[in-house]
Amino acid sequence: MSTPQSPPPRSDTSGRPRSSTPSGPTAERGPLPGAAENSPGTKPYATYLLGLADDAMVYAQRLGEWMTNAPQIEEDMALGNIALDLLGQARGLYPYVGSIDGTGRSEDDFAMHRDEREWRNVHLVEQERGDFADEMARLLWFSAYQVELHTALGASSDDVVAGVAGKALKEVRYHLDHAALWVVRLGDGTEESQRRMQAALQRVLPYLAELFDDDAASVQAAGLGAGVLPSGLHDAVVARVADVVGEATLTLPDESPWRSRGGRDGIHSRPMGYLLAEMQHIARSHPGATW
Amino acid sequence: MESGVAEAISRIPDPEVPVISIADLGILRSVEVDEASRTVVVTVTPTYSGCPAMEAIAGRISFEAYSHGYAAHVCTQLSPAWTTDWMTDEGKAALARFGIAPPGRAPTGESRGPVALTLSRHVVGCPRCGSTDTTEIAHFGSTACKALRRCNACLEPFDEFKAI
Repeated sequence: MSTPQSPPPRSDTSGRPRSSTPSGPTAERGPLPGAAENSPGTKPYATYLLGLADDAMVYAQRLGEWMTNAPQIEEDMALGNIALDLLGQARGLYPYVGSIDGTGRSEDDFAMHRDEREWRNVHLVEQERGDFADEMARLLWFSAYQVELHTALGASSDDVVAGVAGKALKEVRYHLDHAALWVVRLGDGTEESQRRMQAALQRVLPYLAELFDDDAASVQAAGLGAGVLPSGLHDAVVARVADVVGEATLTLPDESPWRSRGGRDGIHSRPMGYLLAEMQHIARSHPGATW
Repeated sequence: MESGVAEAISRIPDPEVPVISIADLGILRSVEVDEASRTVVVTVTPTYSGCPAMEAIAGRISFEAYSHGYAAHVCTQLSPAWTTDWMTDEGKAALARFGIAPPGRAPTGESRGPVALTLSRHVVGCPRCGSTDTTEIAHFGSTACKALRRCNACLEPFDEFKAI
């Protein structure tokens, strides 16, 4: 477990990525793979990577809730396995973020000891698990997004990020396959399953735009050649989802009349606090405990 | 002495599939023995990002090194990403004897088209009777690296080591 240290800095109230003043502790921690060329602007870059890690961590928590609740025991296993892959992806990034943002935070510090405003995940992954069809709609979109994201990040100038992405890509392709199988089965299934799958595609819609927003941190990361512009992934992700939705004899809904936003700035929707309370309460009730 | 510790580390069984060693599984990338400092640097590549066996494997490596009189430094290397193509033929044969269908050739690029159309994506032989008439019954099995299948000839269910 981690050594005692000062609490992590809070995000400023504007929610914007912190200023890019050079940070002393980064240099003191010695060279890290890929970190050297990024040193002039480490903080927005760290915020970018934190967003990717937080997406994976929070969605892992939500998917884990399906264990014992899925329609079949095989699906308990499947969603638990997918959650485990995502947890591993987050763990691959957290200590690295802690090293380049100069705080030296460990993976447990990031996962268990941050408050809601310090999380950078999109609202899509924090929404409560609804109907099983809702989960498959979310998994389809998120996996398609992750396939495109990790394909692009495989060419990152940052060796650590490229390594995590190369590993993750094999996993998320399998997740996408799994989601696609279910969406086709439910969409091209009974009248009832089709109705519910179509409704789920509608309900997930307001939470998708945020995945493709170019915030300041992602612009900075893309400028370094280490990250990718989220907007650049949009068309390929939509094409993947549209193929599956067509095969499922469903209709891809039109643009949503409203959209969710704020996650990348640490401003979250109602379910996030409850999710953190459940995920973090043991670690916070027993500070410093190890096993 | 040097070959002793390297050999002992290469023979460590995978904790979740104990019939195969970490060397035959292809996750042991290198063992560098430094006689002067009595240390071994062991590089391991995880099968899946979240594979919970990694910590047990690292612990066992340290234990084997310690019992041979060495300190171990275990490094995790993500890139290049592990592929089932690194599994040795002996490793695949051991899996089959144990009742797990060994992985076929790893897919290059996309595993299937943009839309997965069928539950049976490739031919997998039954490790029990050898029939190739088998069906995937679950995309995910008891560990991250396996899927669950059923043989339509002898009707037994079995694990398949997924090719990645």
